[in-house]
Amino acid sequence: MPAPFITGRASVTQVMGWVLIALLPGIAVYVWLFGPGILITLGMATVTALAAEAAMLKARGYPVKPFLVDLSAVVTAWLLALSLPSLAPWWLIVTGTLFAIVVAKHLYGGLGQNVFNPAMVGYAVLIVSFPVQMTQWAGPLALTGESLTLAQSAAAIFGGLPKGTLDAVTMATPLDTLRTGLLQQHTVDEVMVQPIFGQFGGTGFEWLAVAFLAGGLLMWARRIIGWQVPLAFLAGVWLTAGFLHFYDAGRFGAPWFHLFAPSVMLGAFFIATDPVSGSTTPRGRLIFGFGAGLLTIVIRTWGGFPDGVAFAILLMNVCVPLIDQYTQPPIYGATRTGKDTQK
Amino acid sequence: MITRQEILDLFRNGLFKQNTGLVQLLGLCPLLAISSSVINGLSLGLATTLVMAASSGAVSGVRNFVPNEIRIPVFVLIIAALVTVIDLTMNAFVHPLYLVLGIFIPLITTNCIVLARADAFAAKNRPLHSVIDAVAMGLGLTLVLLMLGAIREVAGQGTLLSGIDLVFGAEAQRFVVHVLPNYQGFLLAILPPGAFLALGLLIAANNWNKARAEQRTRAAVPVTA
Repeated sequence: MPAPFITGRASVTQVMGWVLIALLPGIAVYVWLFGPGILITLGMATVTALAAEAAMLKARGYPVKPFLVDLSAVVTAWLLALSLPSLAPWWLIVTGTLFAIVVAKHLYGGLGQNVFNPAMVGYAVLIVSFPVQMTQWAGPLALTGESLTLAQSAAAIFGGLPKGTLDAVTMATPLDTLRTGLLQQHTVDEVMVQPIFGQFGGTGFEWLAVAFLAGGLLMWARRIIGWQVPLAFLAGVWLTAGFLHFYDAGRFGAPWFHLFAPSVMLGAFFIATDPVSGSTTPRGRLIFGFGAGLLTIVIRTWGGFPDGVAFAILLMNVCVPLIDQYTQPPIYGATRTGKDTQK
Repeated sequence: MITRQEILDLFRNGLFKQNTGLVQLLGLCPLLAISSSVINGLSLGLATTLVMAASSGAVSGVRNFVPNEIRIPVFVLIIAALVTVIDLTMNAFVHPLYLVLGIFIPLITTNCIVLARADAFAAKNRPLHSVIDAVAMGLGLTLVLLMLGAIREVAGQGTLLSGIDLVFGAEAQRFVVHVLPNYQGFLLAILPPGAFLALGLLIAANNWNKARAEQRTRAAVPVTA
C-alpha cells in the first residue's frame, strides 16, 4: 500500500448522505417506469422513521439532534420503502418502518449495535404478516399502458381507490410469475414468453436493477462500500442460479434473470453492505456476501416466498459473529495461525 | 403448621420475585408455544398448576423414604402418573381444548418447572408448604401465560377469549370480546416469532420496573458513612 496513509475521516452523516445520493438514480428510474406512487411511500417512510427515531432517542436518554441528522434512519426508511410494493397501503409502510426503527434498531441498542439489518427486519415482518398486501406491485407502464397520477397513487395508498382500479394497475412481479408458472408444471421457456419478461430480466424491472447497479458502483467509486460484499453476493447468485440452470434449464430460471431482479442489486450494494450488521473482516465479507447470494437463490427456488434477498441477508446476519471469529486477519508480523514469523 | 407470613412469602416468591416465566425463565417451550390466545394460555397454566400442586404434595409426602441417589426418577414417575390423570381428564371433559393443546399436555411431565419445584422445594419441605409453593409458582406461570396470550391475541387477531367455546360449549361464543373491530390481523403475533418478541418485551418491562424500584429505595435511604 503506497504512503501516505492520511485520508479524510468520513462521518456517519457523509456516508449515509452518499448512500441516499446513490439511491437517487434508482428512484428516478422507478418513477419513470412505474409511476410516482413510490414518492409517497418514500416520504411516508421517511417521516415515520424520523419520528420513531426521535421518540426512541428521547426515551433512551440520548441527545436527539446529533443522532437524527446522521441520516441513518432515513437510509433505513428508503431501503424499506424501495423493497415494498409501490401501491402498498399506508399502514403497511408505517408498521414496517416502526418495526425497523423501534425493534430492530433501538431495542438492540441503536446505531452500531443492531445485529440485524433494520430495513430487512421490517420487510420480513411485513411479508410474513401481510402476504396479500405485499403483492400490490404496480405493473410496469410499458405493460399496463397507463399510470396512476400522484393523486391516484395517494388514493390507492390511503385506501380511497375502488378495488377494481387497483387490480387494473397491479401485476405479479416477474419472480412471482416464474414461480407460479413453475408450480403449474410449465417449463421456464414456456413461462418466459409472457410480456412481463424483458430482454434480460423483467420488463421495466431490469432497468431498475441497472439503476441500482449504477448507484452501487458510484458508492464503490467513492469508497463508501468495499468491493467484497457486492461482488461475492452477485457471484453467489450467479453461480448458484447458473449451476441450477445448467443442471435443468426447464426447471430453474436463467442466472441473468435472477441477477437483474432489482432486489438482488439493491440487496448486494445497499443492504448487505451495511457496516453494522455485516461481516467486518475482508475474507469474512466474501463469505458473507457469497452466502447471502447462495441463500437468495435457494429461498427463491424452494422457499415459500417469491423473493429471498431479505431472508438470505437476515440469515447471514446471524452468522456474522461466527464468520468474524474465524476470519480475523493476522496482525502485522504474525502468520495466520497467530505464531510469530521470526524464530 | 404454617404461619400467615410464610404463606404470603411463598406467594410473593411464586407470583413476582421468582416468577418462572419472567425471572427464572424456566419451561419456556410450552410458554412460547401455547400462549397464542388467552384461553389456550389460561388452560395450560391451570393444568400445570394442578399437576404441580399434586406432585409437590406427593413428593413432599414421600421425601423421607426416597434414597437421594434415585430421587429424580422417582419424582418423574410421580409427575408422569399425575400428568396422565390430567391428560385423560381433559380428554374426557374438554375434548376440543384437548385437541388444541395437543402434545403440550403430556409434555407437562417434562416441564422443568414441575421437576424444579419438586426437587428444589418439595423434597426439602413439609407437604403443606410444598403445595402452597407449587400453587404460587403455578399461578405465577399462569399469570405470564395469560398476559402473553392476551398480548398476542389482541395484536394477532384483535379479539380476547376466542376459543372459549372449546371449554364451555358453543353458547359461550358470545363472550368473545372483539377489541378491535374490522381488524386485518397481524400474523406475526400469532406465529412463533411473536411469542419470542412479546415475552422479550414482558421480561424487559419487568426488569425496568425492578430497576426503577431499586433506584427509588436507594434514593430513599441516605447512604451513611
